[in-house]
Amino acid sequence: MTMNTQGRPTAPTSTTVSAIETVSGSRGLLQAEGLIFEIGTAETTGVDLPAPQNRTGRLGGVARKVPTGLPGLSEPEMVRHYMRLSQRNYAIDLGFFPLGSCTMKHNPRLNEKMARLAGFGDIHPMQPQATVQGALELIDELATWLKTLTNMPFVAMSPKAGAHGELAGMLAIRQALIARGEGETRKRVLVPASAHGTNPATAVQCGFIVDEIKANARGRVDMDMLREKLKHTDDVAGIMLTNPNTCGLFETDIKEIADLIHAAGGYFYCDGANFNAIVGRVRPGDLGVDAMHINLHKTFSTPHGGGGPGSGPTVLSAALAPYAPVPFVVKNGDGVFSLVEDVDGEASESFGRMVAFHGQMGMFVRALAYILSHGADGLKQVAEDAVLNANYIAAKLKHVMTPAFEGYCMHEALFSDAFTADGIETLDIAKALIDEGYHPMTMYFPLVVHGAMLIEPTETESKATLDQFCASLESIARRAAQGDETLKGAPYLAPMRRLDETRAARKPVLKWTAPAADTVAAE
Amino acid sequence: MRYLPLTDDDRKVMLNVIGAKSVDDFYIDVPKEARLGGKIAGLPDHQGELAVERHLSKLAAKNRSASSGPFFVGCGAYKHHIPASVDMVVQRSEFLTTYTPYQPEVAQGTLQTLFEFQTQVAALTAMDVANASMYDGSTACAEAAVMACRVTRRKKVILSGGLHPHYAAATKLLCEAQGLDVVHLAVAVDGEMALADAVDDETACVIGQSPNIFGTVTNMSGVADAAHGKGALFVSVFTEAVALGLVTPPGEMGADIAVGEGQSIGVPLGFGGPYVGLFACTEKLVRQMPGRLCGETVDADGKRGFVLTLSTREQHIRRDKATSNICTNSGLCALAFTAHMTLLGDKGLRGLALLNHEAACDLADALEAVPGVEILTPRFFNEFAFRTPMNAEAVLAMLDEAGVVGGVRASRLFPDEHMGDVIVCAATECTTPEDIEAYAAAMKEIV
Repeated sequence: MTMNTQGRPTAPTSTTVSAIETVSGSRGLLQAEGLIFEIGTAETTGVDLPAPQNRTGRLGGVARKVPTGLPGLSEPEMVRHYMRLSQRNYAIDLGFFPLGSCTMKHNPRLNEKMARLAGFGDIHPMQPQATVQGALELIDELATWLKTLTNMPFVAMSPKAGAHGELAGMLAIRQALIARGEGETRKRVLVPASAHGTNPATAVQCGFIVDEIKANARGRVDMDMLREKLKHTDDVAGIMLTNPNTCGLFETDIKEIADLIHAAGGYFYCDGANFNAIVGRVRPGDLGVDAMHINLHKTFSTPHGGGGPGSGPTVLSAALAPYAPVPFVVKNGDGVFSLVEDVDGEASESFGRMVAFHGQMGMFVRALAYILSHGADGLKQVAEDAVLNANYIAAKLKHVMTPAFEGYCMHEALFSDAFTADGIETLDIAKALIDEGYHPMTMYFPLVVHGAMLIEPTETESKATLDQFCASLESIARRAAQGDETLKGAPYLAPMRRLDETRAARKPVLKWTAPAADTVAAE
Repeated sequence: MRYLPLTDDDRKVMLNVIGAKSVDDFYIDVPKEARLGGKIAGLPDHQGELAVERHLSKLAAKNRSASSGPFFVGCGAYKHHIPASVDMVVQRSEFLTTYTPYQPEVAQGTLQTLFEFQTQVAALTAMDVANASMYDGSTACAEAAVMACRVTRRKKVILSGGLHPHYAAATKLLCEAQGLDVVHLAVAVDGEMALADAVDDETACVIGQSPNIFGTVTNMSGVADAAHGKGALFVSVFTEAVALGLVTPPGEMGADIAVGEGQSIGVPLGFGGPYVGLFACTEKLVRQMPGRLCGETVDADGKRGFVLTLSTREQHIRRDKATSNICTNSGLCALAFTAHMTLLGDKGLRGLALLNHEAACDLADALEAVPGVEILTPRFFNEFAFRTPMNAEAVLAMLDEAGVVGGVRASRLFPDEHMGDVIVCAATECTTPEDIEAYAAAMKEIV
């Protein structure tokens, strides 16, 4: 149909502003939407299956007594439900997402398309290896890239995410110490105070004891403290150090740190969460690293998916490679690829199996598509542009905000809250950014900087986007410095106002429960 | 390069604003001997979309997809049909390209979905509460074991002989790293009830699986009772989530913790990952759970909303005292699970489960009719083990020549168990009568 313009106003006639309440609860394009439990019924289903014959003979009576009671929705209802919910999310495809240490870069759609090829998406992890040679070849090809980019001789591909990769590396260290007969004596792992929480948590998961090192005034490892901590060496298992570190800085003394830890008989675990800042320019293997996980969902742009799945292949030095987890892919002399799945033969010193099957294949396909697209030249440019963008933001904002440390940064710019007036804090600035149309930066991390604001632009943002963002943040920062109380109420323009997290934790409601019968009757 | 918006002019202007001569200035902290001059040698340069697509398509073409013929492989991952609308939801940018919902005002889509997911998982397992997902079933199992040790302050974990061997390996690894003792009972097709006899006063938990690695379904209520009688917890494991539409779920058996693989609902086979670990437990254990939890609350205007909650259990707050080191979980696969489960509903799930069971019954009937074939699994859902009169590896190779992917040889799962003549096979709603006919006909030829 066409819209007739005769007989109706074609320009706005009223400029009155009012807070309009709607009967539906919707706000124009932002549709109100309940939970599936409130809109579906247990009798509805959105799939058309052949009618079963209700044969349960071979179950042997091991049958469910109480139905799940879960509601179903027809396909149009299901699609509309999640479409409406999707509109309440901020996303990298929608706008700038400068979440420090999380590397929210563009996720190329080619990667999604490739991961969905039937030859990758519709193959079973336990089908005969002769029928999945292309999959094993892809794992091998990605492994070769990762080893070459890091100059490390081995990579364990099975870890499911960054923290799982940390576990792989630390278990390899544990196994190496056991092989040396020092598994029971070397239990102390040095971890900087600025580390991601996963580092100390992983060390403890592997039976180690965490010994914290402070940062110096330049945001790097305090070398005097490190030397002090290494005076007694016979209990040292290793160090877990993020590089570039969580302050967005390259650890200047990294070679000396590696030498000191090796001299003490320990191993150097490097958290590779920030590898994206140095890929193609620095190889961790040249720095004395013994193990490092690579977050494919950060450096190599597999989508974050609202909190996973990730993938955390972990490169290992020659000293740790014999202890790598199974399974791993080997290429035989005849060009046939095979999986080493058992702790036996060439994997006789392996620390074992961490997980079912062979790793995050779907992420491997995406990461390799990304890597091949960029190539060696493009990956170097990725790191350089990411670092350039971060320094540009740092330069544009250093006059209105307080840089946490002096000098250039790597891929993320870090500010403290020192510039804010009393009563205004980092949280208020973060929430005000939402009203400006941005996802907030990482806040209150790293812990070594007061009211930390960690801004990571990544390389996939244009100069125009950065300029606009800096203008927004500069304006908010000025208001924060002047003590503008309206910041305390932000966001005003998001789908929700600030949420009460204290209430959520005090009396946790972790699932939907049907309202009591009498409340239903009263309605 | 198509993913990089900066132009050379931009770069010059930006360096000027910063006051740097070149990007090399930013890398001055890198030790001189570790600075790379040019590109890393031995790696190709960038390629266009067409070239990359060609290369990867070539690799994909070397693999035989589960939909390309009769396919009967299970053992922890199952070929199910995924409605087209599920992947469409998953590919919505707002879900696909967002982060962990730490800023709830702009993440209600993800958060409400997680709340729905937690409710669905709790209902499916018949447990009180579920978390917002783990990496997969095997790591969820390992986390359940160490959680049980924390809760009971005991150090002994007992695994059934029917537990998926990869789950057992992952659990053993994590437990032993933490100084916990793991007892693994003898591998058995129908041995879950042996856990009841094995539990003692030092046991933190017993871990049993139904359907187990050989497909055997077991009502483990007796195991739960025995465990509770000794002050231990009962951890109930499953690898086939669709089964819970039909077979006794963990909660009905008295499980304290239920863990399993959610891949069967909404997540493609994908050569083993990413999948989605399901983790549920009783109300009183919730503060010892690993992983993220989403909870209901209100915003400043009093409107209902959702946030991540009880995070004082987690590594980003508690660091070395956290219940687990898990950070990233399997959010997008949880969305796929939720969307598919929402399409199914209770009615669809039960129908789907019945179709699976019936396909497996038909398969068992057909194989049993082949002389020399003996079905070993006494009670099953959609998967069972059978003995062949020949070496299983040879049988599978011959089946493959006949175009049938016949299952997994038990010797791949249990290399030390002398089960060289045993095959584990699964059927699902994707299995057609023709597939079953082809399998039985090929078996007749072979044995």
